[in-house]
Amino acid sequence: MNAPLTATPTLEVVNVTKAFGPQPAVDGVSFALAAGEVLALLGPSGSGKSTLLGLIAGLDTPDAGDLRWAGASLRGVPTHRRGFGLMFQDYALFPHKDVAANVGFGLRMQGHKRAAVAAGVAEALALVGLSGFERRDVNTLSGGEQQRVALARALAPRPRLLLLDEPLGALDRALRERLLEELHTILRGLKQTTVYVTHDQEEAFALADRVLILHQGRVAQSGPPAEVYARPASRFVAEFLGLHNLLPARLAVQNLAGGATGLVALTDAGQLPLAAEDVPPGLRGAQAVTVVVRSEGVRLAGPDEPADLEGTMLDKSFRGNRHRVSVRVGQADLVVALEAGQPLPAVGERLRLRLSPHAVTVLPEAAPDA
Amino acid sequence: MDRRVKLPRRPALGLWLFLLPAAGFLALFYFFPLATIAQVSFARAAGGLAAVLAEVAGSAVVRGIFAFTVWQAALSTLLTLAVGLPGAYLLARYRFRGQGLLRALTAVPFVLPTLVVAAAFNALLGPRGWVNVGLMAAFDLSAPPVTFVNTFGAILLAHVFYNTTIVLRLVGDFWSRLDPRLVAAARALGASPARAFREVTLPLLAPALGAAALLVFIFDFTSFGVILVLGGPRFATLETEIYRQTVYLFNLPVAAVLALIQLLCTLGLSVAYTRLSARVAAPLNLRAARDTRQPLRTPRARLTAGLLVGGLVALLVLPLAALALRSVVRLDAERGQSGPVQTGFTLAFYQELGQNRRNNLFYVPPTAAIGNSLAAASATVALALALGLPAAWAVAAQGSREAKRPDATSAAALALDALLLLPLGTSAVTLGLGFIVALDTPPLDLRASPLLLPLAHTLVALPFVVRSLVPALRSIRPRLRQAAAMLGAGPARVWREIDLPLVGRAVIVAATFAFTLSLGEFGATAIIARPEHPTVPVVIYRLIGLPGALNYGQALALSTILMVVCTVGILAIERLRVGEVGEF
Repeated sequence: MNAPLTATPTLEVVNVTKAFGPQPAVDGVSFALAAGEVLALLGPSGSGKSTLLGLIAGLDTPDAGDLRWAGASLRGVPTHRRGFGLMFQDYALFPHKDVAANVGFGLRMQGHKRAAVAAGVAEALALVGLSGFERRDVNTLSGGEQQRVALARALAPRPRLLLLDEPLGALDRALRERLLEELHTILRGLKQTTVYVTHDQEEAFALADRVLILHQGRVAQSGPPAEVYARPASRFVAEFLGLHNLLPARLAVQNLAGGATGLVALTDAGQLPLAAEDVPPGLRGAQAVTVVVRSEGVRLAGPDEPADLEGTMLDKSFRGNRHRVSVRVGQADLVVALEAGQPLPAVGERLRLRLSPHAVTVLPEAAPDA
Repeated sequence: MDRRVKLPRRPALGLWLFLLPAAGFLALFYFFPLATIAQVSFARAAGGLAAVLAEVAGSAVVRGIFAFTVWQAALSTLLTLAVGLPGAYLLARYRFRGQGLLRALTAVPFVLPTLVVAAAFNALLGPRGWVNVGLMAAFDLSAPPVTFVNTFGAILLAHVFYNTTIVLRLVGDFWSRLDPRLVAAARALGASPARAFREVTLPLLAPALGAAALLVFIFDFTSFGVILVLGGPRFATLETEIYRQTVYLFNLPVAAVLALIQLLCTLGLSVAYTRLSARVAAPLNLRAARDTRQPLRTPRARLTAGLLVGGLVALLVLPLAALALRSVVRLDAERGQSGPVQTGFTLAFYQELGQNRRNNLFYVPPTAAIGNSLAAASATVALALALGLPAAWAVAAQGSREAKRPDATSAAALALDALLLLPLGTSAVTLGLGFIVALDTPPLDLRASPLLLPLAHTLVALPFVVRSLVPALRSIRPRLRQAAAMLGAGPARVWREIDLPLVGRAVIVAATFAFTLSLGEFGATAIIARPEHPTVPVVIYRLIGLPGALNYGQALALSTILMVVCTVGILAIERLRVGEVGEF
């Protein structure tokens, strides 16, 4: 599924900077996009992702750096000549035009004849499941329908790059789930090169070949979703991705049974075993770091198994396929997700836990409160 | 991105230049005439202002007139609310077929000339109206059994007819955007439907309700044609008294003092209205009307809706239908003809409009009046747009910058927006009077100028023009232009595809408002129109005052023509309007 990064780059963002005040909104960002790739710009509000999108669209010009398409600079190319499509968060449908006129707008701008425009409109509407909506007034559509019209309008002229600015942001959760599925199918089906801006990691992970996490205008981390999730590069990324159990730690080498040596992290919750590939290179010895204990990487230890962690259960709540359990291990409180369908001790009782491989990841930063 | 995209800074000087024409116009043709009225009150009176004031204040007649003015306006307002609120509820909470048409139809009376309204009620309930003719025929009566014209009831009914649409609009639109879950929440907490209405809906509606009531009161307080024609000589309000003192008694000082009294009252009311309507615009968590309206499901809901729709149609459409029908039917005996009355379809009243039967040199055939009206209305449209477009642009531009940096320019734009409303709250007769006393010395001697009428009409039309244009200009968000550019439209194409159609519709709406208001304007026109160049309403008034079926028939025919033009106009406005919430 990952688009090969050796393919010809389409869009290249080279060291782009843009400031509106003293603080740059986008600060030296670089990345390249392969044909057919879906890239998610992920970050909290104020991280610069929408500004970056505006720069790509040509609605703003960068203060420094360059944007290129297939090697040629986009500097001086006005928005309407870039051949990109943009879907706005609030859709920006033309209130004085009906659905067909909205969707067909870009085709008309390309100089297509009336029949070709109508065919393109029908095709785009079919793609988003709104066939037959041609003559409807856009002001009377529901939020989900407006969203689909906006998507059809952006897709109809076959843009060489599609830009989506929080396209599902204004919708309720159930509708979002459904449209997310559809959007995935549509983008894959069209092999549409896409930049998708969102603050929602679930959306980004579900849609993107690659995510680019922005923090204060800079790239905090980029890579395929699974990789980013497995190896967050910083505390910020780990917290932004919703990972729990960030503990201050020191690394140590320990003799294991059988004469081998292994890395462990010394934390308030005791010694945690580490796999070598979960430790960033260059970190050895007694260095202060932060470790992440993944809540889903923990299970109940069997009666005959040794426990990696042992503590007191503080609280539990049922979450469908999981129990979310708070447990005090040593001086640290951890949140773990235990598979449902097995008997759990009562609150206040002892809990013996085992860590699965790769349950603990090391971040090369000391915890601020350590 | 939205937050960061910066609009190009518009030079403040440009805004000032845009505000200038409308501001200058207002100064010259509103404040200057009014100030002159005040000054005349001092100067022309023999014993000075004190004597006139003493005369007016000491006069039991004037006190009676004032009391009656307030009383009829208050009662009319209450009745209008009583009729309008159920209708507002219907339009706000339910979705049914023909809703749009009903909404548009209810707006028709608002732009109808008072004289047409008077003629319409006359055609329905007057001595020669349908009801009386029908009753006389059915029971073989020799005299009309229903007395309507020249009664207090006629005034009240006409005022309700006129202003119900204000309640429907202001209250109904606001109501339709109130979150219905608020009432549901109250019900879930144990409130009965009546209790939920009293505790939740009513307090939330209060600002809209108050604004509507005030606006209706202002219009009733300064009502002219209705009192003059339907009330007859027995009833006098400040407005008709100003007219009588000016035109029949030539007592300008007394007229001026009365006008000042009236102006002070409406000024206070207008300020209160502006305050209240600002609260209507204040952000409650409003929702789109389409989410709050529900279809009529139960038979009871259908029955209620049917009755309400029927009532509204009977009140608002029946008189107009009666007028149109009456203008093509001969019911009376021809002059000198005795015996059975010959009845039937006739176009005689329309044919008569172009003929000068009396060969009177000073007689103006009604067709010439139509020409005068059209000329005045066209000039009003041109003038109102020329002044209103720049002003609306400045006001709209101010609105988008408001949050960022309030400065002198934006304050001026806001002030102008409010000032433009003033002529609406000022009686038309007072305006006309002001024109006569103020614009009589060179270089500003406009008494004989054909521009006098358009100038006066523009004062009345300008607030409507600006208010139609501003929301449209504001609705062109930079986002729409960006979206068009993303789809490949160059700057010129963006202007043609986005700006022009959106503003174009609003310009048509504004022009139509100016046109219909000018066509129907009677209060100011009655005073300033030159006798040899009357407009249609003036001729209707003259014809109504003349005896004979033919004159009456011509008045009906002219009224019908005016009604059709205004109805077409308002329906076009309803069709082309941008945005959901109606504004006054």
